[in-house]
Amino acid sequence: MTARSELLELAERIAGWARDGEQVEAYVARSRDTEVKVFDTDVESLSSAESEGVGVRVVVDGRQGFAYAGSLDPSVVEEVLGEARDNASFGTADEFNGLPVPDGVAAAQLDLYRDSLASFPTDEKVALAIQLDKATRAADARIRGLEATEYGDSIIESAVATSTGIRASNRRTVCSIYAEALAGEGTGTQTGYGYSVGRSADELDVDAAARDAAERATRLLGAKQPKSARVTILLEPRMTASLLGVLSSTLSGEAVLKGRSMFADRVGDDVSVPFVTLVDDPTDARAYGATPYDAEGLATRRNVLFDGGVLQGFLHNTYTGRRSASGSTGSAVRGGFKSTPGVGARALALDPGTKSLDELLAEVGDGLLVQSMQGLHSGVNPVSGDFSVGIEGLMVRGGALAEPVREATMASTLQRMLKDVVAVGGDVEWLPGGAAGVTLVLRDVTISGN
Amino acid sequence: MIEEAVLQRVLSTALRTGGDFAEVFAEDRRSSSAVLDDGRVEEFTSGRDRGAGIRVIRGDTTGFAHTADLSEDGLRTAAEAAAAAARGGGGGVREVALTRRDVTRPHDVDVLPETVAKDRKVDLLRRADDAARSEASSVRQVSATYADSRRRILVANSDGLLAEDDQVRTRFFVQAVALGDTGMQTGFEGPGRTIGFEYFDEIPVEETAKAAAGRAVNMLKARPAPSGKLPVVLKKGAGGVLFHEACGHGLEADLVGRDASVFRGKVGEQVASPLVTLVDDGTYSREWGTYAIDDEGNPAQRNTLIENGVLTDYMWDHLRARKEGRSPSGNGRRQTYQYLPMVRMTNTFVLAGEDDPDEIIRQTEYGIYCVQLGGGSVNTATGDFVFGMTEAYMIENGEITDPVRAANLIGNGPETLRLIDAVGNDFDTWSGTCGKDGQSVPVSSGQPTLRVSAMTVGGTAA
Repeated sequence: MTARSELLELAERIAGWARDGEQVEAYVARSRDTEVKVFDTDVESLSSAESEGVGVRVVVDGRQGFAYAGSLDPSVVEEVLGEARDNASFGTADEFNGLPVPDGVAAAQLDLYRDSLASFPTDEKVALAIQLDKATRAADARIRGLEATEYGDSIIESAVATSTGIRASNRRTVCSIYAEALAGEGTGTQTGYGYSVGRSADELDVDAAARDAAERATRLLGAKQPKSARVTILLEPRMTASLLGVLSSTLSGEAVLKGRSMFADRVGDDVSVPFVTLVDDPTDARAYGATPYDAEGLATRRNVLFDGGVLQGFLHNTYTGRRSASGSTGSAVRGGFKSTPGVGARALALDPGTKSLDELLAEVGDGLLVQSMQGLHSGVNPVSGDFSVGIEGLMVRGGALAEPVREATMASTLQRMLKDVVAVGGDVEWLPGGAAGVTLVLRDVTISGN
Repeated sequence: MIEEAVLQRVLSTALRTGGDFAEVFAEDRRSSSAVLDDGRVEEFTSGRDRGAGIRVIRGDTTGFAHTADLSEDGLRTAAEAAAAAARGGGGGVREVALTRRDVTRPHDVDVLPETVAKDRKVDLLRRADDAARSEASSVRQVSATYADSRRRILVANSDGLLAEDDQVRTRFFVQAVALGDTGMQTGFEGPGRTIGFEYFDEIPVEETAKAAAGRAVNMLKARPAPSGKLPVVLKKGAGGVLFHEACGHGLEADLVGRDASVFRGKVGEQVASPLVTLVDDGTYSREWGTYAIDDEGNPAQRNTLIENGVLTDYMWDHLRARKEGRSPSGNGRRQTYQYLPMVRMTNTFVLAGEDDPDEIIRQTEYGIYCVQLGGGSVNTATGDFVFGMTEAYMIENGEITDPVRAANLIGNGPETLRLIDAVGNDFDTWSGTCGKDGQSVPVSSGQPTLRVSAMTVGGTAA
């Protein structure tokens, strides 16, 4: 018996304990994680462990309760169900509360698990991290050390079953390497990071990660604070992915229903420009957020959010789908077994354009290429749309990359930024996290500096 | 939680491959929380996390494993895995004798949250919802969260240390959304304390709710924040996060040791304005970042980091202190038993100075007055940091005038510390969650009203 069906069996068993008039959902998860940290080409730490746990949701008379525990021990599981049951009596009755029922959408066949990662020897994980450290140091004479060099992997299994007929299980593997390089001396220090992600170790590109970290750190050496100005900016693909992540919170059915989305009444409106099409498609196996089932066990599906700049709709889980009468879009997400399902994007991507970065630079002429953003959690308000972040990057002059800048901010609003898109690059990068990256050009952004 | 004899045998197992140091960290955490949003109590949640993390240090390498199985078999399996990860030659048998350390609690907990009926916790949410909505008709949405946790920890290590702590924390937070002609604005308030249910006698939920709602309503009148360099006055309590980011992280010995801090090699040097004295105080009674012992079993301390502008010391955990042959400072913390400890802040305070807070504002011709900050981040290697203002006003001709919309401020740690030119005689604290290297821990920061003579404000207005 595979471990996967073992989890599903446990989830089914718990769901089967539902009493009359009661709905029970069990979400069971297990992961095996390894993390190697290297410092000065020696192993600094090696952690290896398996974690598991269960979250139980109970709905009675429209009232919902939840409990979790970091253990699958039979006595603990029973205690968790008892707590969830007790907790249900303290929730507010709501006609839209209730567990999902199978909706007939077939789950995508996705190959997200690699046996080779499960059997990848620890020594080779350590060797990869050391190789990354050495390669980063060797990439440029101005690299004086690394702030972090890491290898990490996870083998993740989960299963969800409900007394309303949901049965779903899933497993996937992921591994990554990460280097953060320190360039220069003393106060002239600059940092840059590089990484590579894969479903198995043979997909990791050590040289590319090392080169990336070294280049990003060294090209900022000598960076100065720029003059305040309004400029055209080019967001590097990974910056665009971060921006899409913030934007997606405004497109959740939960934010819309609770009056926290600026897009609430705007379905059918032009919220962006005609060449901006934004899709969340967790059935696309190229996305690291890909999964056949959402966190409530419904099949994931391709959801178009913006089509030609026009807002098409929102993402929903079972609750928000019922309450808005539009049905779940298979977009339930959870922060592991410790939380109830929320709503979120997993695999956002902009339809790419055709131009390379060099072509975009030539087109822009004068502007600023942003390679890092700081303070997305503190300076961006997805409810009001205010957007203000610290940035580092390179000035663009005469269509070419010029002097580096730091200690600057870029500010606008999410609403304006969508309207100020000038171009979407053709350079799609599938990144860890919930969004793919692509170079994005925005005009008329306020840069604060000197 | 675990018998002494078992701990001794597990530590011996952990040292079997030649480790220099072994440690068992066991944790039993129970938590409860309830969320009200959109006028409804969405659900009451109970959580239980119990397990142990075992680390073995050999030379410069740390091996780590964790388990949710606290039986002797479970602990030994984890000990073997940690020992294998810190692999060495044959180490032979080493006996460990444990000495229980007396732990002095910084304060008593009056009412354990687990003894309070769930309906009383849920009732707090309804009261907060009512209070926030009655603040103004423009308040359109309210979310309130009640959260308590009781975390019992045990640390035993091969140096013979055995210590336990029982940490009880309670927090209540409210977010409000107000709607006006210019769109939506939000307001947040959420003090946390390392105490039990008596929290609500000290901080009524109505007070928290009204503060959040009032902030959202106030921001409806906000004009775009300015863009460029301006003097910034930080209200007492609001600006502690500036120090957390501008220098706190840079004074963590792990980052210093990696040569990833602009403060490396600066002990004894003037790194800040002489008006600045900075302490990290894990003993501060009842505060959000307070504990009796850290997650390595060392007692919390009050550590002076900067005195009259001169850097006096960094913050230390076991590993970095051991490397330097000095004693740790009680700053070794971890999110849960599933993580390795590292150097973390507790309650980081700038001590009060002598200036009259009102006078500081009066003597500022044109600038920003920050009343609440929403968090920040720092690149410790370059010293560049940002923090977000969630409630701020213009200062014009020495008077506080219009509110301004949310924006980040950006600065460079060492430079900003030198530009502090006024420090008030008042003081307050602020509760937050500090994230570092994937781990979150409760911290607080605190400061008197003070002024930075120039910071870059990341707004959009000319």
